[in-house]
Amino acid sequence: MTALLEVSDLTKTFGEGEAATHVLRGLSLSLKTGEMAALLGPSGSGKSTLLTILGTLMKPTSGSHWMLGQDLVAANDAALTEFRNRHIGFVFQFHNLLPDFTALENVIFPTAVRAGRETPAARARGRELLVRVGLESRIGFQTTKLSGGQKQRVAVARALMNSPELVLADEPTGNLDRASAQQVMDLIEEINRDEDTTFLISTHDEKIAACCRRQIVVGDGLVTG
Amino acid sequence: MLYGLKIAMRYLTASKAQTALLVSGVAVGVFIFIFMSALIGGLAEFILSRTVGDISHVTIEAEIAEPAIVINADGHVLAAIEQGRQRTASLRDTETWVPLIETVPGIRAVSPQITGAGFLTRGAQVAQVSVTGVEIGRESAILDLEGYIIAGSARLGSGVVVLGRRLAEDLDLSVGQVLRLQSSNGVTAVLTLGGIFETGTGMLDRASVFVSLPTARTLFALPHGVTRIEIKLDDLNAADATALRIHALTGLDAVPWTDGAEQLMEALNAQAQTGYFLKSFALITIVIGVASALLLSTYRRRPEIGIMRAMGAGRGFVVFVFVTQGALVGLLGGVTGATLGYLALLPFPRRDEFVSGTLPMDITQGSYGLAIMLTVIGAILASILPARAAARVDPVQAIGQ
Repeated sequence: MTALLEVSDLTKTFGEGEAATHVLRGLSLSLKTGEMAALLGPSGSGKSTLLTILGTLMKPTSGSHWMLGQDLVAANDAALTEFRNRHIGFVFQFHNLLPDFTALENVIFPTAVRAGRETPAARARGRELLVRVGLESRIGFQTTKLSGGQKQRVAVARALMNSPELVLADEPTGNLDRASAQQVMDLIEEINRDEDTTFLISTHDEKIAACCRRQIVVGDGLVTG
Repeated sequence: MLYGLKIAMRYLTASKAQTALLVSGVAVGVFIFIFMSALIGGLAEFILSRTVGDISHVTIEAEIAEPAIVINADGHVLAAIEQGRQRTASLRDTETWVPLIETVPGIRAVSPQITGAGFLTRGAQVAQVSVTGVEIGRESAILDLEGYIIAGSARLGSGVVVLGRRLAEDLDLSVGQVLRLQSSNGVTAVLTLGGIFETGTGMLDRASVFVSLPTARTLFALPHGVTRIEIKLDDLNAADATALRIHALTGLDAVPWTDGAEQLMEALNAQAQTGYFLKSFALITIVIGVASALLLSTYRRRPEIGIMRAMGAGRGFVVFVFVTQGALVGLLGGVTGATLGYLALLPFPRRDEFVSGTLPMDITQGSYGLAIMLTVIGAILASILPARAAARVDPVQAIGQ
């Protein structure tokens, strides 16, 4: 496996002076293509901040951040937006779907926003993904009419729409019942196995962590294990 | 950008009640804009038709030649030829000029005339009058003489005179009576009263008489040419430009009605300025309404904007979505307001049928296209601030990551 992502000496500080909070304190980490890793650690350890930085939604205070050979600390907002669209998928704890759109429209959003229109190829790919996550009967449904588990499966399909190299999942099953959580994890494992997509899953759930081949433990802003 | 348009339309249709209210607000603003345009424009039209509707829009008058003088080397006048009583200032070659002037675009009628002063006598009663000789068949070319006739006919034949109601009352005249008209040249003609008119304008009704051009030639001893040519235009606002064209074409000194009507023009300009102010306020209301509604929408949709940004939507895309919403609201509101404005103006009399005591609304001056265009531009400008605010939304904060 080749290195997909590498961060080193990453720091992130919120606030200034006495009110400054040092969330990351020189964290270093690398992920290889096709890895499926769990990100573990207590609340406030910096997991979500790390995911946000890895997802290019936020820049670190210092340190380096490279992915697919690109220096993402030096990139500007437009370049990061395009990079995020092409190479990174997100699955959030609270699905974060667009409420006024159907399941299919949500799934194809990342492709359509880049192309400037909804192409037939994008629609076909979106349908294929929704079939794959078991929602073939909910393709045209407004997302407000889907259950929590169904919404999260739509979010997984959306994260895979542009065939990203990396999918970042922040407590993807944290808001689901046990059966729905297992369905989503089975899906993630299947995609990781079949498409060699790298997953980094932040979780408190040891059963979810056990599904991953690697566990990364974060504590006090550093990788501790 | 088609996709941005789709998102914008989806947002508008997702909140139907809010969008309907917003479009209604814009439509009311446009309706007021159109109503004010039609009222101010109609009022100006009404005032102009009442003040200058019956006068010549462009006038060509014969220039009175300076009397010939003899001056010595020191500059002293030695001799001067005194002006005779016979009228000499005339426009010759009228037969050439009139057809040429008639080819100028926008000219409705051309009326060659002989004008002068005279005394109207009936028995022992004498009245000083202004005499206008017009071509037979062109009596109503400038002044709608036919329309103002209250007795007899406006038709001027040989030996026929038509005069105003006040003058007829002063001299106790009725149609068919015979009277004497003596010109300032001293020539007297015996004429039959063919018709009595009432224009509502004091000077015309009290001291003006109309005779045929041949009769005027006799009265003012002017066998050839005329003293003035009056011209009526389709659009009296085109008088300045048309006068310049006639001058360029003929070399004659053509004077538009606006010369000497500065006070009227000032009053009309002041009225137009008032209209601009009122219309500007309507537009400002539209802009504030759209801006506040879209700002509210931006706030309400912060999480969605955050999601879109996280999924790879650039700031430009977000700006486009919100500006497009503004433009669509402006377009919908503009078209709705313009349609309502047009329908509301339909029952009012047409501009050529204005009557005293009613609102002189001119449906043709509603500025419908301008109202829609300005509304769309205003709505786009109004949406820029909310759109920029939306583009600055931090996706991390917005989606609570």
